[in-house]
Amino acid sequence: MSESIRKIRVLVAKPGLDGHDRGAKVIAAAFRDAGFEVIYTGLHQTPEMIVSAAVQEDVDVVAMSVLSGAHLTLFPRVKALLDDAGADHVLLTGGGIISEDDMAALDEQGIGKLFGPGTPTTAAIDYIREWFSTHEAV
Amino acid sequence: MSHEAGGLSPALSSVLERFLSGEVTALARAISIVEDERDGFEDLLHRVLTVGPSTCRVGFTGPPGAGKSTLVAGAAASYREHDERIGVIAVDPTSPYSGGALLGDRIRMNDLTTDPGIFIRSMATRGSLGGLATTTKEVLDLMDAFGFDRVLVETVGVGQTELAITAAADTVIVVLVPESGDAIQAMKAGLMEIADIFVVNKADRPGADRLAKQIRQALHLKAGHALKDIPAHHGVDLSNALRKERTTDAEAVEQGGWSIPVLSTVAHSGEGLPKLLEAVEAHRAWLQASGQLEACRRARARNRVQDVVEREMRRVARRSEFATELLESALDDIAERVETPYSVARRILDGLLR
Repeated sequence: MSESIRKIRVLVAKPGLDGHDRGAKVIAAAFRDAGFEVIYTGLHQTPEMIVSAAVQEDVDVVAMSVLSGAHLTLFPRVKALLDDAGADHVLLTGGGIISEDDMAALDEQGIGKLFGPGTPTTAAIDYIREWFSTHEAV
Repeated sequence: MSHEAGGLSPALSSVLERFLSGEVTALARAISIVEDERDGFEDLLHRVLTVGPSTCRVGFTGPPGAGKSTLVAGAAASYREHDERIGVIAVDPTSPYSGGALLGDRIRMNDLTTDPGIFIRSMATRGSLGGLATTTKEVLDLMDAFGFDRVLVETVGVGQTELAITAAADTVIVVLVPESGDAIQAMKAGLMEIADIFVVNKADRPGADRLAKQIRQALHLKAGHALKDIPAHHGVDLSNALRKERTTDAEAVEQGGWSIPVLSTVAHSGEGLPKLLEAVEAHRAWLQASGQLEACRRARARNRVQDVVEREMRRVARRSEFATELLESALDDIAERVETPYSVARRILDGLLR
């Protein structure tokens, strides 16, 4: 009956004390140009702030940029808080300086694909589109 | 539209149930359903709008970078000190090229993010040109029904003609900055006519006092007090002139009108914010005492019904096989000037409305 226009909503978040947000801004702009609605929250977010924003904005995806080396702490923490908040349907993905071993370890904990330096933005966009096509919410 | 009991899909029923029991995730999802106009969204709205409207709706509008988000964040934080539950809707533009959007108003509201008494939602305009998104008014209704004491709405950065906020908010605050322009800008039609309260933000910058004065003078011209209290030459006693302006404004109040205050703020330091909130309260009191609030709500209800009817008519017309077939088959006739777009439209309408 309705002519639904479903947009992919992505929260681009920058957790922790690391203040390097060039990558987050590049990916936010690329997502915008890909037709996503991007909520950008700025620097120095706690996992609690990220999850609260993700819930209120009803995003499909949380994309975190972590360059501080704290990814083994931050990704699982945000994932756990998302699950607690009743947002376990949200895809948690991201990028940063993350070794392949760590990516594999996080993958086992239910974190989505992570992207290292030099990844073309289209790789992340394609990954999110692909995920969304099989996980569209009600 | 089916408004019978049990008319909702199981998924929507679950959202409705959780919404009514106050779950934040259900409010967030209900907003998405309305924003995307997903199947059944009108039925969901129908179920939710059995209460209200009771919330005080305050709109903030003004040019990009005027400090709307920072003012909204400051206002929300102040209201929280009085334990009010606050909803915030922040609208940013959708790209006309990609259809995407970068919604960045939360950056100014980070301190509020984890406060359970505040709910912030970013909306993209999605092609709407009035300064709000197409469904912002419906989302306001949802927040109202969810039980917030106050809902603050921030428009996209606007120029002169994006005035949809007037139909959405009870109190409209127009936020300007010293760089916003001169006396003639202040006299122009559009944005300058919709304010219930003017705010000159970034008042620590040069030119703020002059802009505030020019807005006051423009308001006087509008009220028919041209030149009465405003000396036309240099070297006047400004403090005296300003006091007289206030006296003149007081007359308007006695006659039952609302005297539009022109306030100065420095949003990032909070300077002037208490006076702004006082003015919002005063306007609220005036709306109630004068009967304007009731009139506003009636007008809003009238508009909403018309909007929904028009939207539905458009859908019916676009989806009608009869209309589509008639249109396609008539294109050749239009090309050969046997028919015109008007005669074809008439035939389609006659068929649809019969």
